[in-house]
Amino acid sequence: MSILVDENTRLIVQGITGRDGSFHAHQMLDYGTNVVGGVTPGKGGQTEHDLPVFNTMREAVLGTHANASVIYVPAKFAPEAIVEAADSGIELIVCITEGVPVIDMIEVYHAVKNKGLILIGPNCPGVISPGESKVGIMPGQIHKPGNVGVISRSGTLTYEIVHALTQFDIGQSTCIGIGGDPIIGTSFRDLLPLFQADDQTDAIVIVGEIGGDEEEKTAEFIQKNVSKPVFSFIVGHTAPEGKRMGHAGAIISGGSGTAESKTKALNDAGVPVAKTIDELAGLVRDHFA
Amino acid sequence: MKIHEYQAKDLFRSYGMLLPSGKVARSADEAESISNELGSTVAVKSQVHVGGRGKAGGIKLAHSPEEARAAAEAILGMDIKGSIVRKVWVEQAARISKEAYLGLIVDRSSACLSFICSSEGGVEIEETAAKTPEKILRFKTYPKEFPEDGARKYAGQLFGDETSVDGVLDVMRKLFKLFAQKDCSLAEINPLVLTEDGQVIALDGKINFDDNALYRHPEIEELRDMDEENENEITAKEQGLSFVQLDGDIGCMVNGAGLAMATMDAIKLFGGDPANFLDVGGSSNPEKVVNAFRLILNSSKVKAILINIFGGITRCDDIARGIIESGRQIDINVPIVVRLVGTNMEEGLGLLKGTSLIPASTLADGVQKTIDLAKGTISG
Repeated sequence: MSILVDENTRLIVQGITGRDGSFHAHQMLDYGTNVVGGVTPGKGGQTEHDLPVFNTMREAVLGTHANASVIYVPAKFAPEAIVEAADSGIELIVCITEGVPVIDMIEVYHAVKNKGLILIGPNCPGVISPGESKVGIMPGQIHKPGNVGVISRSGTLTYEIVHALTQFDIGQSTCIGIGGDPIIGTSFRDLLPLFQADDQTDAIVIVGEIGGDEEEKTAEFIQKNVSKPVFSFIVGHTAPEGKRMGHAGAIISGGSGTAESKTKALNDAGVPVAKTIDELAGLVRDHFA
Repeated sequence: MKIHEYQAKDLFRSYGMLLPSGKVARSADEAESISNELGSTVAVKSQVHVGGRGKAGGIKLAHSPEEARAAAEAILGMDIKGSIVRKVWVEQAARISKEAYLGLIVDRSSACLSFICSSEGGVEIEETAAKTPEKILRFKTYPKEFPEDGARKYAGQLFGDETSVDGVLDVMRKLFKLFAQKDCSLAEINPLVLTEDGQVIALDGKINFDDNALYRHPEIEELRDMDEENENEITAKEQGLSFVQLDGDIGCMVNGAGLAMATMDAIKLFGGDPANFLDVGGSSNPEKVVNAFRLILNSSKVKAILINIFGGITRCDDIARGIIESGRQIDINVPIVVRLVGTNMEEGLGLLKGTSLIPASTLADGVQKTIDLAKGTISG
C-alpha cells in the first residue's frame, strides 16, 4: 500500500482546458494515472484528451464516480475551486495553484477540514505513488516504487531528492509536496501518521525550509508518535531575515523560523538532518544497507 | 509588502481609530513649519521600513519648531540598517499614562488569525517574549467575525484598567476589520497608549500586506515606496522571476525556490558565498534566462555563476538556448558552471558543447567548481 493516491484513485482535473491543466492531464494519463474527466465552467460537454469535460465538480463526480481532484485554475479562482471540490463529495483535493491569498486560504482550510477531507497544497507539486498514480506536476520518470515516504514543502528540491534516492536504488512509497505557502491544507504532522500506519513504508524523509514553526512542532510530534526512522533536510541557512525566498511561506521574521532552529529541534528529537542532498540519500541508503 | 508608519496611520485613521495629528516632512523647513502648525511638543520620527528606529536615534522629541527643525536635520539622511531616511513624520506628542502592545498576525499552524496583547508597550514584542513571556496574551480568531467575547476578556488586561476596556475593544475591532479587508499579513500598534485624559490612541503603526492579495488592492500597491526596495528585486518581479540580493560573489540561477535555497546553502557549506537567490520559475522561456543573467551581473561583486537546473516542466534545452542567447546579448566576463539534469538534458548539454561554459555532473561538483573559479584557484 501507499498513501493518499494509488491505482484506485479516480481523478478529475479542475481547469482541464487551460494551458497547464491540459498539459499535465496528458502527462498524468501517460504515467498511468486513472484520470476520469475534467471541469471547466462553461465548457461542459466538450472533451479533452478524450476525457469528458463538465461544468461543475458535482456533475463530474456524478458522471465519473471520481474520488480525487487536482486543481490547475488561476489563483483568483482557486479558493472557489477547492470549496466546490469539497462540496462535491470528493475525498482528496490537490491544489497546484500558486499565489492564493492567505485570508482566503484560512476560510478554505476550515471548510475542508470540517468535512473531514484532505487538501494538499496550495502552491505544491502534488502527490505521487510511483508506479500507481501521479497527481500533480512532478516528472514521473525520476521516481521508483519502493519503501520510503517523502514529504516536502518544496517542488524542484523534492525532485532532486527523489532523483538522488532512485539513483541509490531506493524506491518511494508515496511522495507528497505539501506546498510552500503559509497556510496549507496538510502538514507534516497530518501525513506522518499515514506513513506510520502504511505497510509499504519503512522509512520517511521530510524536507523542510525556513518560515513558521511547523518543523519544530513536527520534531516534537515524531518523538511521541513516529517509530519508523525519519531523515530530514532543511534549506534556507543562507536566507536573510525578513526576505521572502520565493515561496510565500519561506520567510524568517522576528528571528523565528530559521533553518538553525528547525535543524536543532529535529536533531533534539533524534531525527538526523543531512547537510547536503547527497548526504541525505546516503543516510537512507546506509539505513537499509 | 511593507509600508511606512505614516501610511499605516492614514489607514488606521480611515478606519476611525484615534491618532495624534501629524504630517510628513521631507525637509527640515517642512518639519519646522508642521511643528509650528501643530503648536505643541512634537515627535519627529524617521520613516523607514526597518525596525529599531528609536534605538538608532531615528525618533526625537522636539519642544519648539526650532527643535523640530534640528531634529529633522539630524534624522533626514540618516542610514538606519541600510535604509536612508528620506521622510520624517512630525506628530503631536501624546500625554501618555500607560503603554501597551497590540498586534494581529496570521497563525500559520492553526490556520487562523491571532491577536497578540501585552501590557509591555514600546519594546519589541520579541524582547518581551524572551524576557517575560507571561506578559504576552494570545487569542485566536477567524477572519470573518470579530470575537467580541474573547476580545472583551483580554481588552481589560492591556492597561489593567476597566475604564479603558471600551476604547481598547474599539481599536481591536477596527484593526481586525482593516486586517481582513485589506489582506494584511501583520498589523501592529506598538505602543498603543492610554492618555492622561483616558483616550486609547495608536502612537505607532506597522502593517505588512500579503503579496498574493495585492492584485485586489491597487490602493495598497500605490503605497509601495520604491526607495525602500531593491531595484533588482522589483525588476525581477516584473519579469516573473524571484530574486533576493545578497552580499557574496557567486551568482546562482536555479529553477524552484527550495532548490535555489539548497544551492545557496551548498555554496556556503563548501566555503563560498552566494551573491543572490534566484528562482527562474517553472517555465522554460529563454528570455527569462537572459533577464536572470542581467540581474545577477548587476552586482559587480559576482566572480562566477552557477546554473543549477533540475528539469521537470523546465526543459534543459530551453535553458541552454537561453544561456547561449544571453552570451549574444550580454557581455559576460565571469566563468559559468552549468549543471543540467532532467527533461531534455541530452539536447541541452549538446547545445552547450563547444562553448566556454563549464559543465558539472552533480550539484556538489558544480558548487565546488564554481567556488574554485571564484577564488581563482582554477581558471575557466
